[in-house]
Amino acid sequence: MKSRLLMTVLGVAMAGLLVVGCGKKEEQKAEATNATAPASNKLVLGVAGAQSGDLASYGLPTLNAAKLVAKDINAKGGVHGMQVEIMAMDDQCKPELATNAATKLVSEKVGIVIGHICSGATKAALPIYKDAKVIVMSPSATSTELTQNGSYPNFFRTISYDLLQGKAAATFVVDTLKLKKIAVIHDKGDYGKGFAESAKEALDNGKQAKVVMFEGITPGGVDYSAVVQKIKAAGADCVLFGGYHPEASKIVAQMHKKGLKVAFVSDDGVKDDTFIKTAGPDAEGVYATGPQILADNEVYKKAVADYKQAYGEEPGAFFPQAYAAAQALLNAVDKAGSTDYDKVVAALRKEYIETPVGKIKFDDKGDAEGVSFSVYQVKSGKYELVK
Amino acid sequence: MEYFLQLFFSGLSRGSVYALIALGYTMVYGIIELINFAHGEIYMIGAFTGLIVAGVLTSLGWPVLSILAVGIIVSVLYSAAYGYTVEKIAYKPLRNAPRLAPLISAIGMSILLQNYIMLAQTPDFLPFPRLIPDFAFMAPYQSFLDTGDLFIISTSLVVMVALTLFIKFTRMGKAMRATAQNRKMAMLVGVNVDQVISMTFIIGSGLAAVGGVLIAAHVGQINFYIGFIAGLKAFTAAVLGGIGSIPGAVLGGLVLGWTESFATGYVSSDYEDVFAFCLLILILIFRPAGLLGKQRAQKV
Repeated sequence: MKSRLLMTVLGVAMAGLLVVGCGKKEEQKAEATNATAPASNKLVLGVAGAQSGDLASYGLPTLNAAKLVAKDINAKGGVHGMQVEIMAMDDQCKPELATNAATKLVSEKVGIVIGHICSGATKAALPIYKDAKVIVMSPSATSTELTQNGSYPNFFRTISYDLLQGKAAATFVVDTLKLKKIAVIHDKGDYGKGFAESAKEALDNGKQAKVVMFEGITPGGVDYSAVVQKIKAAGADCVLFGGYHPEASKIVAQMHKKGLKVAFVSDDGVKDDTFIKTAGPDAEGVYATGPQILADNEVYKKAVADYKQAYGEEPGAFFPQAYAAAQALLNAVDKAGSTDYDKVVAALRKEYIETPVGKIKFDDKGDAEGVSFSVYQVKSGKYELVK
Repeated sequence: MEYFLQLFFSGLSRGSVYALIALGYTMVYGIIELINFAHGEIYMIGAFTGLIVAGVLTSLGWPVLSILAVGIIVSVLYSAAYGYTVEKIAYKPLRNAPRLAPLISAIGMSILLQNYIMLAQTPDFLPFPRLIPDFAFMAPYQSFLDTGDLFIISTSLVVMVALTLFIKFTRMGKAMRATAQNRKMAMLVGVNVDQVISMTFIIGSGLAAVGGVLIAAHVGQINFYIGFIAGLKAFTAAVLGGIGSIPGAVLGGLVLGWTESFATGYVSSDYEDVFAFCLLILILIFRPAGLLGKQRAQKV
């Protein structure tokens, strides 16, 4: 009897604590709103993505692109007199950190966000932004479903998507390289598997080449020699890999070690200079699809020149797409006249803007119209356009 | 048959590296019953040291094999120093604390070392020079066993035999076995237990460093995070073979390497880890102490 009484008292006390806890949270929220309310003369642009960790090379160019665009616009007096301010959030391309980043941006009342970088992280973060009516634009998340299944009207992107990328790679392998037996490998992630599946579908439908092997590997594995042996035993004359550069460089190196010299075709996760750096001589001859770059586009030239001046190096992966995203978002806010969600979305769908990836606006699903993929090949330590 | 041999040797070389790392786990566990989670990081630090040494020596124009030898020696010494220090800082003060405390401190050490290397070096992947050349006499066997595999397997073998001899026949080896059997009794008969424990950490870390340099030279790239997965796999190998048992760690490493390799080769690499861990569960059901672990009655 006594112990039951004790339990009840404890239970009530704990329930009480919970209530107190909730109350405290409300208070904090209220304080946060008060704190941000008076600062209406600035427009905060969130930039979320991998800014540290092993995939930082994908995300840092985006942050720098946003900074460059913000600097340009601020120099011209800002957006409706509001100075653009960048708020960077790091997710290391990890879904669990991406949701933290999203929650933080939402709680800071940021209305427009560039991000995230990796598809898996973007997928995890989007529901949080959707509930808070935050407009998100990714320069690099290519997972097909993000826009195509229509669940996220608040999501836009300045890059084409995997379904098309996989098709582009498959077409290239069959029509240009004229290869017949393809081994399709992926890293089991949202991005790599999406690419691999769409490539396989295109190959199966085309009927000109045969998929001799379709398998996922464990990312971060100690070595991949067993799977390389399997590719060899399957008699493939081409390896199509969906995934990121750390695994790609290991596989390419081990293919060469085991005397397997067949074409290696991959995606824009591999079309990154870090790949060439880590794979070294093994990178020579590797093909990768990547977002189409308009080298003679004026905005592109200016953006790259600005980048080189500011940071003293070549811009990295997804820089043009990120630059375009920052331009498009800020332009839409400018045209809409406020950060009101519906107005900005309408402006994104209606207003054309000149960007490094061409003159774009967004379709109903959120994909930029007119952007596509090209194929690149590593030649003497550099990616060069094929075709 | 050739395909079988290919898978056999790729499993053997992967398994040997698992075994080298697993030895460190199992030795430490045997003596102070602590799972040293920072062990994978020591492996990673070994690989980084190897990279730095290789970079310096390559610029001096040394031949590759001597770079590999010096690289392994320096990284063994350096990692051993790390292992020794980690023990002194993180585990020794907690020697008489409840068992959870040093475990948490080990996890903390692992995170600390990872982030330290990430900040002090780089978060990017770094290319590791190909220090293992292709010997001409290996050419006929190239299709199923390349020089890298041969090198890893034979180096691991030499190191493991040396370790066994050390434990069996030297004074320190005997003191280690005595401490593992009963620390208090060992102390009573005059074994310097602190010294034995330090030595265990030094040897374990050295072995991990050998594995780190070998696998990095074989795979060709490293970053601050490689120790996590390698450590996890090696820990699995140690449990599989019977944690605390030295031949068990070697056997566990090889069994794990072969399971992964054959599962990839004959079924699908999608299920590589599934097979490895199913095997672990099966073995633990039928032999709870692992393949070669001793079934000991718990003192209550």
